[in-house]
Parts: sequence; structure tokens; C-alpha cells
Amino acid sequence: MSEKMATRQAYGEALLELGETNKNIVVLDADLSKSTMTTHFAGKYPERFFNMGISEQNLHGVAAGLAHSGKIVFASTFAMFAAGRAFEIIRNSIGYTNANVKICATHAGITVGEDGGSHQTIEDIALMRTIPGMIVISPSDGMSTKMLIKQAAALYGPVFVRLGRAAVPGIYEEDSKIEIGKGMCVKDGSDYTVIATGIMVNEAMIAAEMLEKEGISLRVIDMHTIKPIDKEIIINAARETKGIVTAEEHSIFGGLGSAVAEVVVQNCLTKMAFVGMQDTFGESGKPAELMVKYGLTAAAIAAAVKSL
Amino acid sequence: MAIDYERLKKIACDIRVDIIKATYHAASGHPGGSLSAADIMTVLYYHEMNIDPADPKKEGRDKFILSKGHASPVLYSTLAHRGFFPKEELVTFRKLGSNLQGHPDMKKVPGVEMSTGSLGQGFSASIGMALANKLDQTPARVYAMLGDGELQEGIIWEAAMAAAHYKLDNLVAIIDWNGLQIDGKNDEVMTVTPIDEKFKSFGFHVIVIDGHSMVEIVSALAEARETKGKPTAIVAKTSKGKGVCFMENVAGWHGKAPNDDEAKNAVTELGGEW
Repeated sequence: MSEKMATRQAYGEALLELGETNKNIVVLDADLSKSTMTTHFAGKYPERFFNMGISEQNLHGVAAGLAHSGKIVFASTFAMFAAGRAFEIIRNSIGYTNANVKICATHAGITVGEDGGSHQTIEDIALMRTIPGMIVISPSDGMSTKMLIKQAAALYGPVFVRLGRAAVPGIYEEDSKIEIGKGMCVKDGSDYTVIATGIMVNEAMIAAEMLEKEGISLRVIDMHTIKPIDKEIIINAARETKGIVTAEEHSIFGGLGSAVAEVVVQNCLTKMAFVGMQDTFGESGKPAELMVKYGLTAAAIAAAVKSL
Repeated sequence: MAIDYERLKKIACDIRVDIIKATYHAASGHPGGSLSAADIMTVLYYHEMNIDPADPKKEGRDKFILSKGHASPVLYSTLAHRGFFPKEELVTFRKLGSNLQGHPDMKKVPGVEMSTGSLGQGFSASIGMALANKLDQTPARVYAMLGDGELQEGIIWEAAMAAAHYKLDNLVAIIDWNGLQIDGKNDEVMTVTPIDEKFKSFGFHVIVIDGHSMVEIVSALAEARETKGKPTAIVAKTSKGKGVCFMENVAGWHGKAPNDDEAKNAVTELGGEW
């Protein structure tokens, strides 16, 4: 197992490596570089780093302009101010123009913690996946974050990457085969399937251990790419197991659960349950406390499996 | 070489004729703010900018961004006249399957550097393009045309701050100051004046001109070229609907196409052939 680290930290490290090998990479931030971890890139390649100040609309518009001048642009701020505040700029200047911009948005979900509900983005996946052509990625650990960021840099077009604030346990090894658009079966099982994304992959693994003791065999899939979604892995889960639970640190409306359900209802009907934020905002608190209060835990996943 | 101002005036007139024809055939579109910008567009594309219609993506070219994207008829007419695409295409404006979308789409039209129309965003993208030119150490310049009503968008001032912060002396913002927007006069809808002082306080070199004087447009763009260490804003006083007497300074012609008689009269007044 790779070390425990925040996905934003892994992003910062990946950027450093990318900056070394590709001189075309430029990075933009909006006065949050020490939190989004673009500060490492800024320190090493100051001429290719532009702080746009607290101006998230302009951050994304400038990103589009740089991209259409041949640059590979990484634009970072908190997920709330990217997907939320700058939505229409991302839609029209980046999505509509197919700009080569990688929006790497950190501090997504309720594990932002103490900052409270105003900063806990639970809508970003839903918003971003409505934009035609936008690739939406939500990595589960540091190792896969690095791999996915590098792959995003190598492909042309807009990508949204959802990153977290809190350190998360490692799931993958250096030789793991992570690929944009391909879900990863991180644990095989025959009774039910949990399709999780982001920090909920680790919770799903724990849920699998819990249910194992009760004689229930759980398949766990890390759906690190929410768009384009891996239909095949979903259809197989629907056919081979008795039901699917989705788990995400995001609203149950429009996110991973909805994306999986869209595949299920059109291809292979099965019972589903949705673990996520149930039409509610978050609040201040420690990340672990919030996960318990809002039902984003292994226990909640296990209970959802049993409800099927 | 002496500048042939009479030739520029004639071209601007031809472009205006095509603005009328394009919006007439589309039975929709924005003639008012297109006519007001026609003289500036003519100087940019026939005098100022380093561009090559035969190679629209040429390395090191200057770029123009129509941030007030609803004035697409003036951009399309200018590009067509300059040879970026056939003039015959202008009558397809706003029609199903046309490259000439209601608001400019860079994926479809050669010479369109940025898809615009959602106000404020073109100016923001132009900052990115000017930054890229600085990074690449090319002398290429970036010109963004803004509407005066567009200045009410918050992103404009975010972008203006960034332009001055990064000392983008390769960037020129041209404000088509025709004084009108959809709901009426700027000053009645939401005051944007003093435009010159606003840009000055944001760190721009500001030049106020008559936006229908070819001489003043040419000279302002030359002054912008000589200005180092800061971006330039050219505040161009214009008349909405310029060149067509019944459209001039009437807010109603912001987003309305002329009917048969109106189009015929407008083209005749501009000395064009119907």
C-alpha cells in the first residue's frame, strides 16, 4: 500500500514532475497556492506560474486564452470557486471552445471540515459532467492522483480533477494500472458491488471487510473517472452481482450515483442504493465527525448493501 | 507609406452594407453595435494587425477578440472582406448548419480567435493570450473589443486588474462606447462612466478618441504600440447604428434585424447595391 497522503499533495508533486519534462505547462492559481499545492510548481518554475488573485472567473478565462495559445494549462482553486462560482466561464470559455485546460480543484466535499458548509462542495461532479466533452476525474488516493494527473496532461482537451484536503490511505502501488476512463476493481466479490469514488473507495474497502465477516462478498470498484464513465464495468457488476451501491462524498443528485444509474437503467436493470450527501448542506466539524454525521462511512455503505 | 484613409472609409462602408444584409437574411442579430464598431474593425484588419487570411493560424500573428460577441456581424463581414472565408457565406448567418453562429465560434470560423458572446469572457481570454505572447517572447499583439454595457460584468475588472498587474503592454482594450445597451442608455440602466478614469485607475494607459475617425483610430493604435509597461485602453466614442440614419443612437436596433424596406433603405444610404 502506498503512503497516506492528501490527493492535493499528490497533485502538487505531479505538477513538479510535469513542469520538468514539459515546458509548455503553465499553472494558474487564485491566491490559494499554498492550499492547492501549486506553490511547489510556483517555487520551481516562477515564470510559468501566474497568480490571478482572488478572481476565479478571470482565472478560468485567462486559462482558456493561454490554452488557445498552445499552452497546457493547470488551473487551480477550491472546487467551490471553480465548478461553482466560475461554472459558466468554464462552460463557455473552456468547454465550448474545447480548451486544453486541466481544472484541478481542491478542497472538494465535506472533508474540508472546519471551514463549514459554505466551502464544502457537493455539487461539482454534477455540474462538471453536464458540460459536453468535459472529462471528470475523482481520484481515491495519492498514487492514482499522480497517474491520472499525468494522463490528463498528455491528452488534449478540458479535464476537471476533484481533489481533497485531508490525507487519505493509499490504495494503489506504483505498478497499478490506472487509466482515465477505466474503472478499477480494487476488490473482487460475488454478492453485491460498491462503486465508489474519491475518499469513499477506502470506506468501501472497509465495508467489504465488515461484510465478509457476515458472509457477504462485496466487489469494490474505484470509479476514478466519472466521465466518460466505464459502462462495461458497471454492466458486468449489474449482471454478476445482486445489486449496486454507489458511494461518493457528493450530493446523491447528479454525481457518481446518477452516472451509474444512467448506465444501469439503459443496459441492465438491478437494484441500487446511493450513499452520499442526502439533499443537505454540510457544516463545520472535523472531517471524521462529518463523515459519521452525514453517513459517508463504511458502516453506512454496509447498511446500504444490506438494504438491497 | 501614406495611409489611404479614403480607401479605409470605403471598406468600412462595404462592411456596413454586409452587416445589414447578414442580419436581414438571418431575420435576427445585432446590427446596432456592429455598425458602431465597423470603422475600428476596418483599421484593425486593414492597417494595424499582422495577420494572414491564407494562414489564419500563422505563428506570431496578432489576435483580435470580439469580447462583445453579439456584434458578430461586423466580425464576420470584416473577416469575409479580408479573405478569411467567402463573402457568399454571410447570408447563412444564424441559420441551421452555418459556420456563422449567432455569436462567434472559434471552432467553426477561420480568423475567429475566441468564442465569445457571454459578456466579459473574451476580454479575460485575451489576457491569457497576451500572457502567452510574453512567455513566448513574441512581439505579437492582442486586441480585445469590449462593449460599454459589457463593462458592467465583474470579470472585466478582474481581467483589467490582471492586465495591469502583468504589465501587458502587448494588449489593447478597445471600448466601443456607443452609450446604449438593450434596455436603454447605459446611464439609465447602470452607469459605466467615467470609463476613462476607471481604466486609468486600474493601471491602463487610456486614450479617448472619436471611434468613427479613421485618423484618430490609426493614431491611437500607434500610441498603444509605443506604450511600454502597461496595457492600453482606447475609449472610442461611437454611435450605435452608425451610417444608417434611422438606426443611429436608437437602443431598439441593438438586437433587431431590418425588414425588407429598412434593409433596402439602409443599403442604399450606405451606397451599396441591393
